[in-house]
Amino acid sequence: MSKISDAISEIQSLEALSRGPGFVNRLHPLGKLLLTVFFIAVTVSFPKYSLPGLITMAVYPAAVFLVADLSFGEALRRLRVVLPLVCVVGILNPFFDRTPVLTIGTLAVSGGVLSMVTLMVKAVLTVLAGYLLIATTPIEEICRALRLLHLPKVFTVVVLLIYRYVTVLLAEARRITQAYSLRAPGQKGVAWKAWGPLLGQMLLRSMDRAEGVYDAMLLRGFTGEFAAGREAKLRPADILWPVVWMLILLALRLFPVTSWIGNLFV
Amino acid sequence: MHMADALVTPAVAGTLYAASALTAGWSVRKVRLEDNPKKVPVMGVMGAFVFAAQMINFTIPGTGSSGHLCGGMMLSALLGPWAGFLTMIGVLLIQCLFFADGGLLALGCNIWNMAFYGCFVGALAIWRPMMKNGASRGKILLASVLGCVLTLQMGAFSVTLETLLSGVTELPFSVFVAAMQPIHLAIGLVEGLITAAVLIFVHEARPELLWGVDKTAEGKMSLGATLGVLGGAALVIGGGLSLLASSLPDGLEWAIGRVAGTEELEAAGSVYEAAGHAQEATSFLPDYAFPGSESALGTTVSGIVGALIVLAVLVAAAMLFRFFRNRKKATA
Repeated sequence: MSKISDAISEIQSLEALSRGPGFVNRLHPLGKLLLTVFFIAVTVSFPKYSLPGLITMAVYPAAVFLVADLSFGEALRRLRVVLPLVCVVGILNPFFDRTPVLTIGTLAVSGGVLSMVTLMVKAVLTVLAGYLLIATTPIEEICRALRLLHLPKVFTVVVLLIYRYVTVLLAEARRITQAYSLRAPGQKGVAWKAWGPLLGQMLLRSMDRAEGVYDAMLLRGFTGEFAAGREAKLRPADILWPVVWMLILLALRLFPVTSWIGNLFV
Repeated sequence: MHMADALVTPAVAGTLYAASALTAGWSVRKVRLEDNPKKVPVMGVMGAFVFAAQMINFTIPGTGSSGHLCGGMMLSALLGPWAGFLTMIGVLLIQCLFFADGGLLALGCNIWNMAFYGCFVGALAIWRPMMKNGASRGKILLASVLGCVLTLQMGAFSVTLETLLSGVTELPFSVFVAAMQPIHLAIGLVEGLITAAVLIFVHEARPELLWGVDKTAEGKMSLGATLGVLGGAALVIGGGLSLLASSLPDGLEWAIGRVAGTEELEAAGSVYEAAGHAQEATSFLPDYAFPGSESALGTTVSGIVGALIVLAVLVAAAMLFRFFRNRKKATA
């Protein structure tokens, strides 16, 4: 099933990207995590008609894409998951909200159109920000940041284990479905009679695997804590990068920068 | 059902983050109290299993479409609600980070909408009481379907509320609810059946893996118990629906800041009353939507919703009937 293969290759390519040697990759994960959440919060905090201000937010993803040398197309591909739902929610706005709020020449733009576009731009920006985090930060580092925020150890260990086993079990799911489809040619999914045995077998095997994993972990001296990521010294850039960006984003949110720029030319 | 960051405001996201974090804290304490060192690796592998299993398409009989497994309900039936909840958070976090399914800011909402209802309502209110006296095929089927339908309805309703409170859509409350609930009723039925199929398989192959089942008790359910469970389910669903119906105008009014106080919802005792509330809710629509075509749109929406519900119930009843008949044939 190609969907499963896609998922596996997506995880693998992100893993490879995040372990790269770039400047953004080497920054402290806590700073990057907080900056990402801050960026998303500021972005979605724009009111529904503030399209011009919202567009200035693009300065952060644009800059990081350049600095981290990431592929923009790859990131946009991720929008396919989010956009459908956002579209369903926003697409009717133009029909419900018809008050003209903006006139460009003779063209009147209604509030609904404006709020719909604002919503789409928010979706694009927030998805890009998420991509920039995961494409420059390995999951172990993100868990290290979560530990620094005092999230319980049980939780981060479970996240790391899920991540470790996702590719293994995805590969297993691919083998199972491939075998099934070879025995049931021309069938789109799994027939209802096979629902239980097919998934159930996979589940029992996974449970046995978990036992094996646990035994192996014990033999290797597992005490409930993973060696967390690279322990590097805090460098000035680790602090400066998030702080400077937060100040820039805050300034863009609080001041009407776009109208200032516009006034320069009009 | 994953909400994107763009659909929430920081205030809504923050509130649900806080609620989810509190529940997670409680769950961590409960899991620690169990003090079972094997639990953590099992949680990790089961989380990965749910992730992988949700990628497999299951053909829905009689239709061309396909459904997936319901993670929350299945995890709590195997791990218990607390470990299941923590595992679901892990799954949601990885889906959000690696597949942009949901968002970092909306994660709190997604945890609440999917993991909280799925694990706690599904496991504590439905699974555990039903499995107290041992499990059987029928009981597992009933619990899974009921649990999935109920928790998905609650989740879908929360998505609607959170989106509207964030003010990103101009959709009137009633239209949004009318679009969300029936779709998720159908999804819940299918997910429930798939989840039931897996859990029945586990029950037959390795019954000791199921959580909250009294192993010493005989699995047969008496007629009285069956009727009791069905009656309870009807009460829950009926009560929930009437509550939903009567809270529709209040919810919206609250959303647009018209009403201040929090008045107690009157228990809508009779069907008549509930129907009256439902009517009130649908006739609420024209004020916001298409002025001039009031009654036409109102009836259309309620008509479509009604038709969809009837259709879904019929399909479900037919599927259940066939399932049991085939089982009987197989054993006979």
